[in-house]
Amino acid sequence: MSTITTLSVLVQDNPGVLTRIAGLFARRAFNIVSLTVGPTERPGYSRITLVVPAEDEAVIEQVTKQLNKLIEVVKITEMARDEAVRRELVLVKVRADAATRADILALVETFRGKVVDVAAESLVIEVTGQHGKVQAFLSMIEPYGIKEVAQSGTVALARGSRAITDRSKYDRRAKSQRG
Amino acid sequence: MTGAQALVKTLEELGVEVAFGIPGGCILPLYDPLFDSSIRHILVRHEQGAAHAAEGYAMASGRVGVCMATSGPGATNLVTGLGDAYMDSVPIVAITGQVNSTSIGTDAFQEADIRGITFPITKHNFLVTRPQDIPQALTEAFHIASTGRPGPVLVDVAKDALTGSAPWSWPAPMRLPGYKPTLTPHFRQVHQAAAMIAEAKRPVLFIGGGIVKSGAVDELAAVVDRAPMPVVTTLMARGCFPDSNPLNFGMPGMHGTVAAVGALQKADLIVAVGVRFDDRVTGDKASFAPHAKIIHADIDPAEIGKNRAVDLPIVGDARLVLAQLERNLADLEVPGWDSWIGYLQGLRDKYPTWAGAPHDGMLQPQEVIRRIGQMAGEDAIFVTGVGQHQMWSAHFLPHEKPYRWLTSGGAGTMGYCVPAAMGAKVARPESVVWGIDGDGCFQMTNQELTTCALNGIPIKIAIINNQVLGMVRQWQTLFYNGRYSNTELHTDRVPDFVKLAEAMGCVGLRASNEDEVDAVIAQAMEINDRPVVAEFIVHKDAMVWPMVAAGTSNDDIKYARDMAPDWEEITL
Repeated sequence: MSTITTLSVLVQDNPGVLTRIAGLFARRAFNIVSLTVGPTERPGYSRITLVVPAEDEAVIEQVTKQLNKLIEVVKITEMARDEAVRRELVLVKVRADAATRADILALVETFRGKVVDVAAESLVIEVTGQHGKVQAFLSMIEPYGIKEVAQSGTVALARGSRAITDRSKYDRRAKSQRG
Repeated sequence: MTGAQALVKTLEELGVEVAFGIPGGCILPLYDPLFDSSIRHILVRHEQGAAHAAEGYAMASGRVGVCMATSGPGATNLVTGLGDAYMDSVPIVAITGQVNSTSIGTDAFQEADIRGITFPITKHNFLVTRPQDIPQALTEAFHIASTGRPGPVLVDVAKDALTGSAPWSWPAPMRLPGYKPTLTPHFRQVHQAAAMIAEAKRPVLFIGGGIVKSGAVDELAAVVDRAPMPVVTTLMARGCFPDSNPLNFGMPGMHGTVAAVGALQKADLIVAVGVRFDDRVTGDKASFAPHAKIIHADIDPAEIGKNRAVDLPIVGDARLVLAQLERNLADLEVPGWDSWIGYLQGLRDKYPTWAGAPHDGMLQPQEVIRRIGQMAGEDAIFVTGVGQHQMWSAHFLPHEKPYRWLTSGGAGTMGYCVPAAMGAKVARPESVVWGIDGDGCFQMTNQELTTCALNGIPIKIAIINNQVLGMVRQWQTLFYNGRYSNTELHTDRVPDFVKLAEAMGCVGLRASNEDEVDAVIAQAMEINDRPVVAEFIVHKDAMVWPMVAAGTSNDDIKYARDMAPDWEEITL
């Protein structure tokens, strides 16, 4: 998974905007690794975090340009590897009996996870982190018997104080573009 | 005020004078206030005709064309026209009725998710479910359709939004934070472009439909004045640079001239403005223009680098780019490029597009089209369908003046001609509008001649009747061993186009030998109170040459069957 790119896409949260984006990927034969949608701090705007394969720089450029053509896409930033925080969340239902429970809890501790549900024969565990950490946890827990996994896509934020929704900065750029 | 009244008033405020459409259940509330409006509504016979007419109107007037349809099948019938407008960047707004907002999603009578259907073939689209949102949606729709890279926008309006009431307020606000087309090119990029031109040994100016859309004809002429380099014009840009100018080497591409194709293949610099390096121009991309550096200027950043990697990208409006380029060139010494121009001149002389054909008594379609062009003159507006007659029209009509050439390029929509000609004539009633159509294309949308006859829209349609789907048949001849599967239209038997024309309230004329051609064209030119259909019975085996077979290299162009130009014979 080393050759992926994370795009943070600020959109107007009009009905159908997700269809437009998903349709664009299908129509232009772009691949997608994960897609996560959620509200932002500004009403009326959502953030879509897209993880796409990054083998070909020209394809990433086309993805970005074609996304930018969508009227409801307000801004796109590419999240550079070292300049952004990325997180995924996974919920795992794993078999756990008296014999294995202690080992599993130690593993959860190591990954700084949480046990969020306890039953006689199983546990539900929550782990967050970068893609690699989540995958590592899943492979470690796998031998105990995974009954079910629910995994999120990636969400990401750039490090530092700049925000994608920074209005004044954005408006300034818009003005200079208009010439 | 009802939503329907607000919609009509918004259209009036936006300056709409003409709309093409057909009413139906869900859009009926709109047609009531429209009845009292200053807007001229032209009742077409099929919604596809409305969409193409809106395109023709937009292309001939430079304004936004408007079409209307009801929900369900009315809306889906617009789809081909919307797709056509999307491919050729034509500014139209389609207004469709939708079922009541409370019924959306229930598979109600005549319900279709036209917004979902048209996502990929519109620049943008809207679904309006509240009357108070109508003025804003339409204002945004017209703005989006007509600015930046133009294109079709669809506004789907639920019936209860038309019947409901809301206070009127004007102007409506626009809320488009994500839409800011870049018009002004970056000065440093243009400066560098000028320098690259001055240093080039074999430059070519490669111009496309963007010149038409931005109205950059004068700026283009000024650039060529300043730096007299060879020019090639795509199908969409015919007429933007006069064919009579010796620097115009014609149309490149699959059916381009040998000189224009050669210009791109041999160039060391291609200055591309308002083009998108369509596969019909490039042929096999790996071997397209192998020696050329590319300067690509376009208003749509996504076109730059999409089909061909570029050396110098310029995002901006073609008119502003060319104006700025001309100013930059003024400061530079440009070479004469005499030997380069001489080489292309040699190709043009040696390999003319059509050197005539053997006379076997049948009319030659190329000659018919050339004759229509000569007799109609360079001020006439020409509209075509898609296929052989379209390519011959691109080569043999007088392409001397801009904004007089309407054709379906990217989508290749058979059936475009008649309704688009109708739209063009409505936009410019003082102009002579000739449609050059094929017998296949004509049978797809000729019902709009009834609309023309009833609404005082006297267009002239030439049917180049070769009794077959000519371009498809040409491919069957060349690539399918002459197995003519389903390309015989039998239009020598039915329909009788003259009778059909007369049944629709037009004058029907027919020419089947050389002596009749001029008389028929002259007669058609004299009739200005009714539409005219002039049928020309031509040879079915005429082929379009030159040709670059699909998927092959431009270097392998043939100027006649199995006849390849000798690139080395003329020295560079």
